[in-house]
Amino acid sequence: MRDTILYDSAMRLFGDHVSPQVLAEAERGAWPASLWNAVTDAGYLDVLAEGPAGMVEAVAILRAAGHHAAPMPLPETMLTRWLCAAAGIDAPAGALSVAAVTPDEPVVVPWGGAADAVAIVSGSSLRFASREQLRFEHSASLAGEARDVLIAIDAAQTVPLPNAVSADVVRGIGALMRAAQMAGAMEAALDLATRYANDRVQFGRPIGKFQAIQQQLALLAEEAAAAFVAVESAALSVAEGRASAEFAVAAAKIRAGEAAGTVAEIAHQVHGAIGFTEEYSLHHLSRRLWSWRDEFGDETYWAATLGRRIAAAGGPGLWPLITAP
Amino acid sequence: MSTPFRFDPVELPPECGALRQQVRAFIAEELAAGRWTQNSDFAVHRAADFSRRLGGRGWIGMTWPKRYGGGERSFLERYTVTEELLAAGAPVGCHWIADRQSGPLLLRYGSEEQRETFLPGICRGEIFFAIGMSEPDSGSDLASIRTRATPVCGGYEVTGAKVWTSYAHESHYAITLVRTAPLDPKNRHAGLSQLIVELTAPGVTIRPIRNLAGEHDFNEIVLDRVFVPSSRLVGSEGDGWRQVTSELAFERSGPERFLSSHQVLVGLVDRAGTDPEPALAEALGRIGANLWTLRQMSLSVAGMLQVGETPNLEAALVKDLGGAYERGIPERARRLTRRCRGQPADRFEAALAEAILHAPSWTLRGGTREILRGIIARGLGLR
Repeated sequence: MRDTILYDSAMRLFGDHVSPQVLAEAERGAWPASLWNAVTDAGYLDVLAEGPAGMVEAVAILRAAGHHAAPMPLPETMLTRWLCAAAGIDAPAGALSVAAVTPDEPVVVPWGGAADAVAIVSGSSLRFASREQLRFEHSASLAGEARDVLIAIDAAQTVPLPNAVSADVVRGIGALMRAAQMAGAMEAALDLATRYANDRVQFGRPIGKFQAIQQQLALLAEEAAAAFVAVESAALSVAEGRASAEFAVAAAKIRAGEAAGTVAEIAHQVHGAIGFTEEYSLHHLSRRLWSWRDEFGDETYWAATLGRRIAAAGGPGLWPLITAP
Repeated sequence: MSTPFRFDPVELPPECGALRQQVRAFIAEELAAGRWTQNSDFAVHRAADFSRRLGGRGWIGMTWPKRYGGGERSFLERYTVTEELLAAGAPVGCHWIADRQSGPLLLRYGSEEQRETFLPGICRGEIFFAIGMSEPDSGSDLASIRTRATPVCGGYEVTGAKVWTSYAHESHYAITLVRTAPLDPKNRHAGLSQLIVELTAPGVTIRPIRNLAGEHDFNEIVLDRVFVPSSRLVGSEGDGWRQVTSELAFERSGPERFLSSHQVLVGLVDRAGTDPEPALAEALGRIGANLWTLRQMSLSVAGMLQVGETPNLEAALVKDLGGAYERGIPERARRLTRRCRGQPADRFEAALAEAILHAPSWTLRGGTREILRGIIARGLGLR
């Protein structure tokens, strides 16, 4: 596995730098400077510098980031640096973000207010603007992550994107990145819930000894595993530029999004009241699962896209679509 | 802490692409000749002549050594053939157990004489095997079986009863789990052995157990002082439990664990037309995403089996998710089309009706949902 070592070192990096204090302060609007510097020094921001070929590595890093609920625009910066390279723009150092414009919908930029520059992609053109050129109405996701609504761009560099890149591609890559973060958060929720079930004693034994709890945790593990496999397979497909990549990306975001709801529900149920407190760390994962599943297209958006594709292929075309290399 | 499960993505080698096209061409030819009707449930439709034609193409025992009639091909090539046959709804029932389980068991634990006796015939699609495990009082708790094999001159005398044995009435042999030593409550898995029982031997009575659809797939096999020569002991006496459980990853992770209702899905897609309304498109997309993901999971397990690993936890994850998926298809199709009322009007409605009737068995056979989740819980460190 070419990404195992990278994943392990990313797990260490995020484990060292994302503390409960960092998470709490980030939610109050503080910038996690030491975490950001560590991620920058590790070279993670440039993992997509060569384009989608780096997707397997990106997903390994983002799973680890999701596992630790890292509160920062890491996937957004990776993606924007790639877009800049594709459009021939010199990407500034620092935090970047990106949004794919959907007609008639507000443009929500993740971490927009905190980014040094932002790429707004509509169709096949890109507007690139720096912090002082952008005006936002500040908002936040269910997880308290900044999701700022773009009000105005005072001036921006507008550049055409190469043929292979468009708002749809940005939405797809963003969706796969969110799915990777979700897969990581689900693995962490599984870990947390399993440890809690082994530690918490009621009726004279750890609650994990009760079959009712075991069956629930098995389901949680299944969902986390499905999300993990979908994400890894889609990343490989994207990295290798396979014809089936579009299908795989949509499937991964749908499957991870479906899993997210079930995983959060079971993890909370197993934890009982303590999991519902601000003090206990489960909510950093569950609130992110609840918000990430809606970003860069929710399951309904991607399922309708995929479903139309399946319908166009027809009954006899379904299996070739599923098995396409 | 790291994740308790491992699923490495698998890329099918190039030879699988060519093989897939050959299988598709073969299936098209079979369908054009009207040789069978499509049903993706591996345990429902069977045809001995179909199995012989597959054997003639070298698509049974594909991974086995050539000296036993096998093809010495990779496990991923076998996977490719298997998934194509199942997706197309081909009648694979006759050779299925021998190809998936009995043959590999003999290769792993059988004697040279057993391999030479059985494997070439299996590969030709001429020898069919059944499995004798469950008993009237032993289902999920397999170690509690009571069928006894008592040593006699030259072999064993076997007495007991096996139930839920699919196709025993059309198979030649059953690999039968028996007690060769009394149950030791302190070591319940000891004292079990596997015997190859010839189903036409004196003392063997096969009685049908009709399923709720009125079909005769299941059987009860009553064994009344049946003589089994010692040359028909598979592996070592007393080692049956380990031998049985070592095959579970093969049994639980294949495409048969999520394709049983595939013909219903194919029909549903056809009914949806090329421009479905949004709710139907969304439903198809969600189903497609789940099917694609399950296949990736199943392929990943196949990749691990290919390199000699025994991913039992991962196989249990695939089977439980796959069972839930394939059971969900007829329910969804019913809600989306509202076409399961009385006499089926076309192939889709017939497939839907059949799937609804068979679905209960999908989350029972090969390990119930509850047993699988227990295995997963153990893998998580909860037991």
